[in-house]
Amino acid sequence: MPIISVKNLVKSFGAVEAVRDISFGVEKGEIFAFLGPNGAGKSTTIKMLTTLLKPTSGTLRINGFDPVAEQDGARRSFGIVFQDPSLDDELTARENLEFHAVLYSVSVATRGARIDSLLELVELTDRQNEYVKNFSGGMKRRLEIARGLIHHPKVLFLDEPTVGLDPQTRNHMWEYLKRINKEESMTIFFTTHYMEEAEHAATGIAVIDHGKIVATGTSESLKAQTNTTTLEDAFLKLTGSAIREEHGDGGNNAMHKMWRGGGRK
Amino acid sequence: MNAIYILWLRQIKRYFRAKSRIIGSIGQPLLFLVALGYGLGPMYAKGGGGNYLEFIAPGIIAMGILFTAVFSGIQIIWDRQFGFLKETLVAPVSRFSIMLGQTIGGASVAFLQGGIVLALAIIAGFRPHYWATFPLTMFFGACIALLFTALGIAIASRLNDMQGFQLIMNFLVMPLFFLSGALFPLQNLPPALLIVVRLNPLSYGVDGMRGAFDGVFQFGFLTDCSVLFIATFFLLTLGSWLFSKVEA
Repeated sequence: MPIISVKNLVKSFGAVEAVRDISFGVEKGEIFAFLGPNGAGKSTTIKMLTTLLKPTSGTLRINGFDPVAEQDGARRSFGIVFQDPSLDDELTARENLEFHAVLYSVSVATRGARIDSLLELVELTDRQNEYVKNFSGGMKRRLEIARGLIHHPKVLFLDEPTVGLDPQTRNHMWEYLKRINKEESMTIFFTTHYMEEAEHAATGIAVIDHGKIVATGTSESLKAQTNTTTLEDAFLKLTGSAIREEHGDGGNNAMHKMWRGGGRK
Repeated sequence: MNAIYILWLRQIKRYFRAKSRIIGSIGQPLLFLVALGYGLGPMYAKGGGGNYLEFIAPGIIAMGILFTAVFSGIQIIWDRQFGFLKETLVAPVSRFSIMLGQTIGGASVAFLQGGIVLALAIIAGFRPHYWATFPLTMFFGACIALLFTALGIAIASRLNDMQGFQLIMNFLVMPLFFLSGALFPLQNLPPALLIVVRLNPLSYGVDGMRGAFDGVFQFGFLTDCSVLFIATFFLLTLGSWLFSKVEA
C-alpha cells in the first residue's frame, strides 16, 4: 500500500476550485517531488495532507490514516518543514526541539538522546543553547528539519526547503535528507521551484497545474514523454502552454506567435 | 497534560527573557499611582473620600493584569504571523489543549505582572488594611488574569495581523479599565455611567481586590465571584470555539 495515497481529491473555496479531482500515490521510501507553478494547488494539497485543511471530497491516506477522521494518527505519521520559518525565536534551538518532543509525546527517556543525535545530524550541536533569533536562515532551516524528525515520522514534508539557502547549506541539507531516506526508509515529499533539485533527488514526480495532475513519473519518463533533455524544459512544456492559454488575449497571442515564427509544436 | 505544561512554560520563558519589556511595563502603573494617587489625592481626601492612593491601588494592579493579559492573548497573532502557530496546529494535540495552555500561560504572566505592580504600589506608599486576606486578593487577581487572557485569545483568533491591535487597545481595553470603578467610587455616579460600570466584568474583579485589601466590597463578595466565574467560563468557551476555527 502506498504510504501516501490521494484519490479524487477536490477542494473548492466557494466558487473557486483550487484542486480539481486529483489522484496520485507515493510509495514508502520514495523521495517524491510535487511540482507545479504558483497557484497550481500544491500548497492546498499539502495542507489537506497535513490536516490543516479539510477536503471538499475525495480520500486521503497517510500511513494508512485518514487526515480528516484520524487526525492524530495522521499527524504522528508525518513531520513538516514549512516554507516560512515556524520556530520560536525567543527560545533556544534545543528548547524548540524539546517543545516539539513534548507536543508529540516523545517519552522523556528517549527525548534527550534523540535530540542530541538530530542536532548532530544537522550540525547544530554547538549552537543548541543559543536563541533562534540569532540564527541565519540556513541554520533555521536545518533546525526545522531536525525538529520535523524528532518523533520519527514515516513521512517528511518539505515545502520549498532550499529557498534562500546558499549552495553549501543546500547540499548539506540534501545530504541529511538522503541519509535518513536511505537509513530509515523515510519517505520524503517535497515541493520546489528548483527543477535541478527535483531532477537530482527525486525518485518520483507529480506535476500539478490548475488544480489537476498533468503528469506523473520519474525525471526520465517525464523528459521522454515531453521530448526534452532537462526536467525544467519538461516542466515548462507540461505547464507553460497552460499559462499562455490562461493569460492569453487575442493581441498578445498573435504577437507571440509572430515572434516565435508561427507557434510551437 | 504535558502539552499544556510546555505551552505554559514557553509563555513564562518568553516573559522573563524580555527584560526590557518588564522594565518598560513599570512605567505606566507607577505614573498612574503617583500622578493620580498623589496628584488627585488631596482633593479626594478633601471631598471625604479618604486616601486616594489606597483607593486606586487595587485598580492599578488590575490595570497591570488586564493589559498584560490581553496582550498575552493577542500574542497568538504574532505566532501566526511569524509562523510558530502552524507548528502547534499540526501537532497531535487538541486545539482545546493548545488554547488552554496559552490561556494559563498568558494568565500566569499577567498575574506576575500584577505582583510587580503591587510591589510598585507599596513602594509608592500604598498600605492595605488587611494582609491576612492576601490569598483572596491573589484569587481575584488570578480571575482577572484568566478572564482577559481568554478574551485576548478570542479576539486574536479573529484577527490576521496586528493592525487591529490599536483599535482593540483604544476601544476595548482602555474603556474596560477606565469604566471599571478602578479610579472612582460608585456613589453618586451619573446613571448611565453606573450602568456601564455594572456591565463591565473588570469592575467586579477590581471590587474583589479592593474588598480583599480594605474589607469593603461595593458589589458584594459573592456577586464579584459569581460574575467573574461566569464571565471567565463564557470567554474560555468562546475562546476555545474561535480558536478551533483558526487556520494557519
